[in-house]
Amino acid sequence: MSTLSLHVTLARPSFALELRQDLPLAGITALFGPSGSGKTTLLRIIAGLEQDARGTVTFDGEAWQSERARVPTQRRGIGYVFQDGRLFPHLTVEQNLRFALGRERRTSRPSVDFAAAVAALDLGRLLGRRTPSLSGGEQQRVAIARALLAGPRLMLMDEPLSSLDLNRKKEVLPLIEKLPETFGVPVLYVTHNVDEVVRLANDVVLLTAGRVGAYGKVAEVFERLDLSPLTGGIETGAVLRTEVAGYDGGVATLRVGTQQLRVPMGAASVGTARRIRIHARDVAIATSRPQHLSIRNVLVTRILRIEPGTGMNVELLLDVEGEHLRSRITREACNELELAAGQQVFALVKSVALEERLDRS
Amino acid sequence: MAELELGPVVLSLELAAVTVVVLLVVATPLAWWLAFTRRRVRTVVEAVVAMPLVLPPTVLGFYLLILLGPAGALGSAWLSLTGDTLTFSFAGLVVASVIYSFPFAVQPLQAAFEGVGRAPLEAAATLGAGRLEQFWRVASPLAMRGYISAAVLAFAHTLGEFGVVLMVGGNIPGSTKVISIAIYEHVETIEYAQAHVLAAGLLVFSFVVLLSVYTLNRRLPLVRT
Repeated sequence: MSTLSLHVTLARPSFALELRQDLPLAGITALFGPSGSGKTTLLRIIAGLEQDARGTVTFDGEAWQSERARVPTQRRGIGYVFQDGRLFPHLTVEQNLRFALGRERRTSRPSVDFAAAVAALDLGRLLGRRTPSLSGGEQQRVAIARALLAGPRLMLMDEPLSSLDLNRKKEVLPLIEKLPETFGVPVLYVTHNVDEVVRLANDVVLLTAGRVGAYGKVAEVFERLDLSPLTGGIETGAVLRTEVAGYDGGVATLRVGTQQLRVPMGAASVGTARRIRIHARDVAIATSRPQHLSIRNVLVTRILRIEPGTGMNVELLLDVEGEHLRSRITREACNELELAAGQQVFALVKSVALEERLDRS
Repeated sequence: MAELELGPVVLSLELAAVTVVVLLVVATPLAWWLAFTRRRVRTVVEAVVAMPLVLPPTVLGFYLLILLGPAGALGSAWLSLTGDTLTFSFAGLVVASVIYSFPFAVQPLQAAFEGVGRAPLEAAATLGAGRLEQFWRVASPLAMRGYISAAVLAFAHTLGEFGVVLMVGGNIPGSTKVISIAIYEHVETIEYAQAHVLAAGLLVFSFVVLLSVYTLNRRLPLVRT
């Protein structure tokens, strides 16, 4: 596992970034926050592209930036995927990819095989094309492959999906998801889209106004009630880790512990892990197993905590065989049902937020 | 029809060609710096670079004459180095032309580099390309139109210069007597026929060069990012 240690400040007339954070990097770590929170700036500081940044950036004990010196971007051994791709317009796709090859890097990582990168991002038929004629999704696939071919020890991605429409997103998202596993490179992924965080990331750094608001496992950070002002009005809810147990006719069967959820999905392969997010407002509570009900998804849970919510509501934190779930009900209902911590209740799940709704932030 | 004197024509072309080569080499780093620096002194440098555009050639020629003369800073150094004077020589004309045509090379290049912007260079850096490689493999190809404009404008402007040449170079056949000087001389001595041949030739040549550059520029398959 790699570790990125940040202790940086950057002052602009209208904006100040100041943070101190150690990030153990494995898999995909999301840098998440509302626009203007400094996500892209932080990524650029890590890449060495912000000349005005002060402080220290250390990657695996290697000082990329200290008070005295700064390792230039080209010697940091990073890969960077820009929001807009930034392919070289005077070169073909293949020339763009080969631009990343053949440079000596101070890295012990084996270089990425050209054919492997082309295959992983399905670029075979595009190699001879000029880059301005590519679609947005194709451009981002080329940009990702190009960044990979540079043999990065750390991959930095700045909202690579934000300029794409929903269908293009669905085309690129699974490719990004596989990067850490296929190429053994940790990814730092900037996004303001909560569904992307849930789908892709293991850990999340929540940035607000240039500071770290929270850092931790995605499920832990997103079930914290106190963070909802920081996330800019994102629905409170919980993230569950599930496994695809079956897929048939557009509906996936997801396993949560020993229980199951039936969820409509565009595609799913059996046996793969899938994180889903369930909003607190989409979970109702019953004290006995409900019958004659249109809602199909009912989970047996145990109440962990009852917290005051907004207005007339309370929020329940529920345990589902180790995974957590949130439910928002009225205080009145809570009193009438005589709910208490430790009690077993049935959670009625009305809907599940999935990557099918990635266009919503 | 008067006979075409080849001497001034060849000399003019030679001067323009040498000037363009020197200019592109000298103007590129300066244009690069102007395009990307954040320092305030940039404005001052830009103003200095643009001076030859507004100064009368006689002012420029006068100071160049002093600078390049045997007592001048540049002239004396040249004299002790080569044993030759810079004034009234081809080498002196090259120096004068480079200064005279400087903005015509710097400005298109600066605009081209600014058009390229930092974005592709940052992308190249993240792919491991050092400064030189960023310049050679990314910035220069993308700034190709700027290079063509700079070369052609500087070439044409050097061909057309008169006042500075007259003051610094005089009128020595085979050494400093360029087309514009030859035309002036013919007019002075009322040899209109000879003047016509050179003047019309320059007119047609300039038109053809500019036309082909604009055509080429339009066809160049470069797309801005």
